[in-house]
Amino acid sequence: MRISDNFKVLNYKEAVFDLDDERGDDWLLKDLFRSKQKYVTIKQREEVDSSAQPEQQGKKELPDGLWKKCEQCNQIIYHKDLEKNLKVCPKCQYHFRIGAWERIKILVDPGSFKELFANITSCDPLNFPEYQEKISKSKKITELKEGVVTGTAKIGGVPLVLGVMDFNFIGGSMGSALGEKLVRLFEYALTHELPVVTVSAAGGARMQEGILSLMQMATTCQAVNRLAEKSILFISILTDPTTGGVFASFASQGDIIIAEPGALIGFAGARVIQQTTRQTLPPGFQRSEFLLEHGIIDLIVNRKELRNTLARLLRFHQRRKLEIS
Amino acid sequence: MANGSNYNLDFEKPLKELEKRIEEIRVFAEEKKIDMSEEIARIEDKSRKLKKEIYEKLTPWQKVQIARHPKRPTLLEYSELIFNGFIELHGDRLYRDDPALVGGLAYLDDIPVTILGQQKGKDTKENIYRNFGMPHPEGYRKAIRLMKQAEKFGRPVITFVDVAGAFPGKEAEERGQGEAVAKAIMEMGALTVPIIVVVTGEGGSGGALAIGTGDRVLMLEHAYYSVISPEGCASILWKNATEASKAAEVLRLTANDLLELEVIDEVIPEPLGGAHTDPVSTAATIKESLCHNLRELLHRDSQELLLMRYNKFRKMGRYIEE
Repeated sequence: MRISDNFKVLNYKEAVFDLDDERGDDWLLKDLFRSKQKYVTIKQREEVDSSAQPEQQGKKELPDGLWKKCEQCNQIIYHKDLEKNLKVCPKCQYHFRIGAWERIKILVDPGSFKELFANITSCDPLNFPEYQEKISKSKKITELKEGVVTGTAKIGGVPLVLGVMDFNFIGGSMGSALGEKLVRLFEYALTHELPVVTVSAAGGARMQEGILSLMQMATTCQAVNRLAEKSILFISILTDPTTGGVFASFASQGDIIIAEPGALIGFAGARVIQQTTRQTLPPGFQRSEFLLEHGIIDLIVNRKELRNTLARLLRFHQRRKLEIS
Repeated sequence: MANGSNYNLDFEKPLKELEKRIEEIRVFAEEKKIDMSEEIARIEDKSRKLKKEIYEKLTPWQKVQIARHPKRPTLLEYSELIFNGFIELHGDRLYRDDPALVGGLAYLDDIPVTILGQQKGKDTKENIYRNFGMPHPEGYRKAIRLMKQAEKFGRPVITFVDVAGAFPGKEAEERGQGEAVAKAIMEMGALTVPIIVVVTGEGGSGGALAIGTGDRVLMLEHAYYSVISPEGCASILWKNATEASKAAEVLRLTANDLLELEVIDEVIPEPLGGAHTDPVSTAATIKESLCHNLRELLHRDSQELLLMRYNKFRKMGRYIEE
């Protein structure tokens, strides 16, 4: 995608530069370090979950934080290089999962993000087994209070509201608090007539809040619906993974739906499909490219190009009087 | 999936034994030509009391089993028992007619309404035809079409929810099941005519919610409504689907739970032994509830309805604001 001269500020190299810019605002600097830590822990956590911890500790060939192995092509990548490449494998373009704050830094004009509704967090309305522990653990790992960060920002100088989910917070699952933050964001957009961008990374509705989580699909959908009242643009970005009740609600209802390459996107899980129907699933099933082919999403955009693409789309939708001279 | 005759509710075993004994005594009395009616009446009385006892103390998991009973009345039965002059309408105008979701026109007393809902089969053959009542995307799109049609002609919409869950299938994903479900939810949020939802059997997750966003949500006494099946929850929590009964407890999925959580508006009582033991009286109770709810809704103008519906779902979350 070409960047016109007007959009110099959006050049992705600048986005890259931001990541290493230690002269940035306080929050930029803080999040730079936070994001690095988070990134290292992702894979480890998964292995702990599959109870392979001893093995993991036994074969620690790569010093933590210095090198990273690409999960797709096994390329060993120098940590700094990966950071510079926005956590995309330089060899195979595999898009690593990234946290909410990392994402925000990549997407928005430097220093433009102002967080909203930061004090909303989950409770345990059903007294569900191990839920409290899960919440505390997620809070510790992600340093977030909830699985979505919401706020206002500018992209290419265009003001908007932005909601970014974090898969490391209980699988990005949508419970009451997450739903509430999103709905407030949509309502804020409606009141202030600002375009909406959401970035999804979620396994679905949060089981631990039972039916109340399911109802968040209804509230978020209805809130999205109301955006039409004032012709407010809603761009939904789907990242790896966006599945279940999140995909089957607000995330699939963007005016424009963008996915990162290779992201897992779908409603029912592939394993369940195979178990239930004994169908053989084609390679690439429920990946971004599959969804594009089946007409479910508008665009697949590389992480590097995401900011530019958003800026262009936002600009298309800026209100102005139409005149042809 | 079992068909009606060999689907056993475990907890009814003592009842079945009593019934068997009554039958034996009857045969015996007939053969020997002796009067044992007193004995029979005694056991029948015992059986009734036992049944009442069992049904008063049903666990959530037992309710799930009743909700899944193959003989549980379906929409096509209710369409005859509750409504008059039902005309089924077919197709989503995009891909095909989905037999797992039926809908059409009917009269509730004298009021023309649109009714629709998931349709399970009564036997294996019909279940295969109807995909066990699990719609494909075209089913949800048919629902949307019929609802928009209802809106155009100012007809209230009544939906009947009975679905194990969204259908996990390759084609369903290819044709955008997630989008179809979300779209249905969205369209229901904006529909300018009254919507009443009745959860009659299984309220399985997104498949249920797809036609579940109404001004009133009613639920039969032994129906369940959940974000995930008890089996699915158990296999995530305890890596063991056989712990489903425990999962059914923690998920808070019964009609009474949902009433307490303010997710539904009303619990519709079922006859002792469950809806399948007496579809006619069940239908009559549902009809009564539909009528009084609809009466209230018909008084409201569409803007008021929309705002009420929005706020109704808007306040369902429970969270902390620090």
